[in-house]
Amino acid sequence: MDLIAQLEAEQVAALGKEIPDFKPGDTIRVGFKVTEGTRTRVQNYEGVCISRKHGSGIAGSFTVRKISFGEGVERVFPLHSTNIDSITVVRRGRVRRAKLYYLRARRGKSARIAEVANYKAKE
Amino acid sequence: MLRSGVIAKKVGMTRLFMEDGRQIPVTVLQLENLQVVAQRTVEKDGYTAVQLGAGAAKVKRVSKAMRGHFSAASVEPKRKVAEFRVAPENMIPVGEEIIAAHYFEGQFVDVSGTSIGKGFAGVMKRHNFGGLRASHGVSVSHRSHGSVGQCQDPGRIFKGKKMAGHMGSARVTTQNLQVVKTDIDRGLILVKGAVPGNKGGWVTIKDAVKKAVPENVIYPAALKSAAAAARQAADEAAAQAAAEEAAAAKAAAEAEQAALDAAEAEAANATPADDAAEGGENNEG
Repeated sequence: MDLIAQLEAEQVAALGKEIPDFKPGDTIRVGFKVTEGTRTRVQNYEGVCISRKHGSGIAGSFTVRKISFGEGVERVFPLHSTNIDSITVVRRGRVRRAKLYYLRARRGKSARIAEVANYKAKE
Repeated sequence: MLRSGVIAKKVGMTRLFMEDGRQIPVTVLQLENLQVVAQRTVEKDGYTAVQLGAGAAKVKRVSKAMRGHFSAASVEPKRKVAEFRVAPENMIPVGEEIIAAHYFEGQFVDVSGTSIGKGFAGVMKRHNFGGLRASHGVSVSHRSHGSVGQCQDPGRIFKGKKMAGHMGSARVTTQNLQVVKTDIDRGLILVKGAVPGNKGGWVTIKDAVKKAVPENVIYPAALKSAAAAARQAADEAAAQAAAEEAAAAKAAAEAEQAALDAAEAEAANATPADDAAEGGENNEG
């Protein structure tokens, strides 16, 4: 392992984040820490994960898309961000793409994602 | 007071997540067997500097002259050698090894290296020219420069005119980079932001010239021998303290034991036990 990979692995271990197994197509809820003045609270952001990038290392990130008041909203979260309080998988979706950017052009019925009936986590 | 810089190897870039949610892009720089190879003195050379060497070179790949130079300093052959001007009082003895504690978190440094070579580059890439239009009669020369001068007067192109040519592979200094973290055991210095050059390239790090030198920097340099001496002293002090504590504890235990014995003896001797025992204990205490 080269030194950079080693440093990154150490940092991932030191951060000690518990990241659930989720894929594009899954509906997830992200608890994001918001600082207002002096106090911090956790804000939930729930939507469909439409892409995961840069693996599960320190540079990993994922995009969550939701429709908020009739307007599509996408947020990119760093996987290991210290601002992320929790990630929970709400629903497992069945999709055939790694990047679900086609959802941006769709609305309503055509933007639905079928649920995986019998989900098996990869070993 | 000018102190020595260091030679480091650029390992690569990564990011650090801070407690407050910030992410900091950092470049990892590593010190490898960084030792003083020679000194430059006013008497001999007319200026004061230290020559540092870093990395490890195979003996058979080092020229005979350099082999002699390294053996004179009795150090292993080095891959990269560089000189740093220092104030006369900050001279470092030959053979001393500099460690990553030379810089501390939050300090600002200047990092110099050889930038990545771009070859023969056009003016758009090399000098940020705008190029010509995509249409309106422009043919073939969309990325060219425009006119390079005037007419019969001056009848020549001014010197220093920005044109296409070789780009990169030049010595570049990035100023005021903040040291985010140091790892003394592995000899790592993590600076915020990018540093010139390729991964695996050699760079030199110096205290930032455009910031005031912080008061707590180590003069003349953070040396391995000094760190070892400090550690040894600390260990000795700790050992001594422990010994003293143990001795004190032992003495206290003995005193207590003696007091108990005395109290018991007195209690046995005198039937008005209470007064005598108390008196005995007080005396012992």
